[in-house]
Amino acid sequence: MCTLEKRGNLFFLTLTGDGQHRINPNIIGELLTLLSQVKAQATVGSALITQGQGKFFSNGFDLDWAQAAGSKQGVSERMLHMVESFKPLVAAFLSLPMPTVASLTGHAAAAGFVLALCHDYIVMRRDRGVLYMSEVDIGLTMPDYFNALFREKIGDASARRDILLRGVKMKADEAVKRGVVQAAYDGEAEVRAASVRMAEELGKRKWNGEVYAEIRKGLFSQLSAIVGLGLKTIATPKL
Amino acid sequence: MYTLEKRGNLFILTLTGDGQHRLNPNLIGELLSLLSQVKAQATIGSALITQSQGKFFSNGFDLDWAQAAGSEQGVSERLLHMVESLKPVVSAFLSLPIPTIASLTGHAAAGGFVLALCHDYIIMRRDRGVLYMSEVDIGLTIPDYFNALFREKIGDSSARRDILLRGVKMKGDEAVKRGVVQAAYDGEAEVRVASVRMAEELGKRKWNGEVYAEIRKGLFPQLSAIVGLGHKTIATPKL
Repeated sequence: MCTLEKRGNLFFLTLTGDGQHRINPNIIGELLTLLSQVKAQATVGSALITQGQGKFFSNGFDLDWAQAAGSKQGVSERMLHMVESFKPLVAAFLSLPMPTVASLTGHAAAAGFVLALCHDYIVMRRDRGVLYMSEVDIGLTMPDYFNALFREKIGDASARRDILLRGVKMKADEAVKRGVVQAAYDGEAEVRAASVRMAEELGKRKWNGEVYAEIRKGLFSQLSAIVGLGLKTIATPKL
Repeated sequence: MYTLEKRGNLFILTLTGDGQHRLNPNLIGELLSLLSQVKAQATIGSALITQSQGKFFSNGFDLDWAQAAGSEQGVSERLLHMVESLKPVVSAFLSLPIPTIASLTGHAAAGGFVLALCHDYIIMRRDRGVLYMSEVDIGLTIPDYFNALFREKIGDSSARRDILLRGVKMKGDEAVKRGVVQAAYDGEAEVRVASVRMAEELGKRKWNGEVYAEIRKGLFPQLSAIVGLGHKTIATPKL
């Protein structure tokens, strides 16, 4: 379902196969384990790229798994369970001691869009693929930490309204224009090449990982608080 | 002073007559009552358009009524009373289980601008009419919930500063550019047509009203809290 490889200074986290890469408790567990490995092996100059194979980056939570509970209460419980268990994954991304790039060659919807937004930068395909928060269309309210993530990552209030309240399917050019993603490229190969290029440029800055993570958390202080992360001061400059 | 009509799936709330549509306690009461009716009659596919006749959408609180109190203390009390009594209107708009559009064919100033901003989308005239927060010019401070509304609806801090601290009179094109309104059109007829078109498009999405209102409140958490609204989780997706 997910693989982790290292090429030089770069970690590649891949959501494998042609499916929708739905996020269920198993996948969340796997991703958490892999991120722990990344954190343990991180050195100054490291960077992480998360990518997906096939038509989807991720199409969000595993609604089929939720539906399989049978009763309405069971469905609701499984949904809330996935919402809760996704939080530590958000926390792990926020605390990762290196720059992160989400390399989108397919659709990112609902929790899949959230997964992409957990990264410092998003590089997206211009010719195919959309960003879409489907919740309003399928009748789900937004968890508090989803709201905090969007609020702190996307400054344009009309963009947030269009994404969350209007359920727009946003293509890359609009996403770049409205500050949702960093850059857009035509075709899968170009996106992957650009992601590697960006990750390498960021790695060359040789940032202290602990400091980097603290500064990142400070940018997203409401989100950090909601997912249970504290902040630390480091006051010994490298001169 | 206000009329409420239903045309198909659309609720049309009109501030009638050629006056300034000043907000005094009577009118605020009427507005609350009409919003209750809309809420009661709302069905999936409904939308609300608020519009006005004449040169003004609304020119804000009824300062003449405040002035008629006689004493400086009396004036202050009446103003604070109007400020307090508009809060439930803001709350009602935030909780309305249908998409809302403010269709501005005239000026919206102070409390009138706030009334417009209570809606999910604003469509405005390009060739006439301004948005204007007159408070700085007439010597009134901004109530806490006005500040929360501007802060959470308008992401651009320089736009907020220009509107609140500089008292700019913002015309349609600038308002679109700075993310204050959705769109601007030439002439009254075009604005009305565009508003209906947009309301119909939004209605076609057939959003669950309870979910829609919760997602909306989640976009404006500070404002929701200040006007006394809690939130609710709905975790039973429609598949």
